[in-house]
Amino acid sequence: MSTVDLLSLDFVRNALIAGVVLAVLSGLLGPVVVGRGMAFSVHGTAELAFAGGAGALLVFGTDAVGWGALVGAVLVALLFGALGRAQRERDSVIGVLLSFGLGLGVLFQSLYTGRSANKFGLLVGQIVGVDVGDVLTLAIVGVVVLGVFAVVRRPLLFASLDPEVAAARGVPVRALSIVFAVLLGVTVALGVQIVGALLVLCLLITPAAAAAQVTASPTLASVLAVVFAEVAVIGGIVASLDAGLPISPFVASIAFAIYVGCRALGALRTRRRATRATIMAG
Amino acid sequence: MSSTPSFRLTGAEVRRGGRTLWTGLDLDVAPGEFVTVLGPNGSGKTTLLSVLLGLLPLAAGTCEVGGHAPRRGNATVGYVPQHTNVDPLTPLRGRDLVGLGLDGHRFGPALRGRAERARKVREALLQVDALDLADDPVGALSGGEQQRLRIAQALVGDPGLLLADEPLHSLDLARQRTVVDLLERRRREHDTAVVLVTHELNPVLPVTDRVLYLVDGQFRIGTPDEVMTSETLSELYRTEVDVVRIRDRIVVVGAEDRLVHTGGGP
Repeated sequence: MSTVDLLSLDFVRNALIAGVVLAVLSGLLGPVVVGRGMAFSVHGTAELAFAGGAGALLVFGTDAVGWGALVGAVLVALLFGALGRAQRERDSVIGVLLSFGLGLGVLFQSLYTGRSANKFGLLVGQIVGVDVGDVLTLAIVGVVVLGVFAVVRRPLLFASLDPEVAAARGVPVRALSIVFAVLLGVTVALGVQIVGALLVLCLLITPAAAAAQVTASPTLASVLAVVFAEVAVIGGIVASLDAGLPISPFVASIAFAIYVGCRALGALRTRRRATRATIMAG
Repeated sequence: MSSTPSFRLTGAEVRRGGRTLWTGLDLDVAPGEFVTVLGPNGSGKTTLLSVLLGLLPLAAGTCEVGGHAPRRGNATVGYVPQHTNVDPLTPLRGRDLVGLGLDGHRFGPALRGRAERARKVREALLQVDALDLADDPVGALSGGEQQRLRIAQALVGDPGLLLADEPLHSLDLARQRTVVDLLERRRREHDTAVVLVTHELNPVLPVTDRVLYLVDGQFRIGTPDEVMTSETLSELYRTEVDVVRIRDRIVVVGAEDRLVHTGGGP
C-alpha cells in the first residue's frame, strides 16, 4: 500500500486527528514549561504516566490504558507542582519518582501476557490503537485544556516570570501552579499514548525551545511552537507509515531538525544585533 | 505635607518564623516623600515592603495604605523587586514586561483596549527613557536596562506609592545615578511616595527625605542628618560605630561584619 492509500484508512485518520490535537496542546503549553524550567518534571510526569498506563493495562486491559496514564500523570504533576522552586530539591525528588515509575512500569509490562505491541506502545508510541472513541475523548479533553489555558495564560506567564511581583499584584500564584500542573498532566497523558513516554519531551520542550531561539514575542513564540509541533507530529506519522516503523523516531528527528535550524537562525540574529549595537556605540 | 498620608504604620510589629523582626514602628509617609530603608541583612527591610504590599499581616498594630488596609493587587502601589536576571531565552520584549504591570494579573485573553494599553506602556517606557528597549528581548539586556524596565512596570499603573527593593544593586555608578534620577523625577512630577530599601545610602543621599534604620528589632527614623550620626548608629548596633562625612558622602566605620555601607556612590 502506498502512503496515499494508507492515509485514507480510518485508523490513520484517527491518528492524524489525535496528533493534531496533541501538537496544539504541546505547542501552547511548551513555552510555559520552558519558562518555568520544568523540562525534567515533564519527563518525570511522562514516566509516571507510563507506569499508570502499564498498570491499567495489566489489571483492566487495553481499554483502561488511557485512564491509567491520566491518573498517573495528573497525580505526579500535582505533586511536582506542589514542590517548591528550590531547583536542587525539586530535581532530586523528580529523579527519585521518575526512576521508581519507570521501574514499576517495566514490572507491569513484564507481568502482562497480552499482545506485545500493546507493551511497547506506551514507551515508544503507537498510533494504530487510536479509535473513533479515543479521538472524541481527545478532542473534548483538548478543548477543555485549551479553554482553561486561554483563561490563565497571562497571569501564569506573569507568575512564572516574577512570582513575587505577580503575588503582590494579586495573582494567585500557588493556585495557578496547581492548575498548570493538571493541564500539563493531562497533556502528558495524551502524549504518552501517541508518541510514547520517552518522547513526550520532544513535543513539550523542543518546539518551544526552537521558537524561543527565533523570536522574543511571547505570542509569536506560542504560535511558532504550535506550528513546529504540528510539523513534527504530522510529518512523523506520515513518514512512519511509509517506513513501517514506530512514529517516535520520526517525530523526534523532525523536531530536532527544526531546533537546529532555529538555533542557527538565532545565532545569526544575535550576531546582527551585536553588530548593530557596535555601530550605534561607535 | 498633604493631609492624607501615602501610608501610615501605627505600633506595627512583624514576626517571622517565631522571631519578632521589629515592633512599635510608627511611620507616616506623605505623598511625594522619599524614604530610604537601611539596615543589615535580616533586619526586616524587605518585610516592611511585604506588609505594605499586603503579602504579610502585621502581628500587632495597624497599617493603612492610601487610607485602607493593605491588600494584594492594590493598583496604587508599584513594586520593583530585588533584581533577578531574566533568562536570555525567555520570549519577552521590553514592552511585554512593562505590560504585565498593567494587566498581568487579569484572567482571560485581552481583546479590548489594546490601543489604550499600548499608549500606557509607551508612556511608562518614556518615563524611564527606555522607549528604545520596547522591542528588545529582555534577557539580552544589561542589568541596568532590565532594572529600568522593572521600574517602568511598577510605574505603568500610575501608583501613588512606589516600593523598590535594592534597585541599585549590581549597577555601576552611572546606572545607579540614572535610576535614582528617574525615581526622583517620578516623585517630584507625580507626587509619588518612594520607599527604597538599600545597603548603600550614598547614591540616594541627595534625594532622601527620611531614613528608616533597622537593626536587630531596634530602629531610628529621621532625616539623614539626624539618623546618620556616630551616636545614633552606635546605639543601634550596640557597639562603637563612627559615622564620617566626606564631602557629600557618609562613611560608616565599625560594625563592618554587619553591614556593607562603603563602596556605594561617589
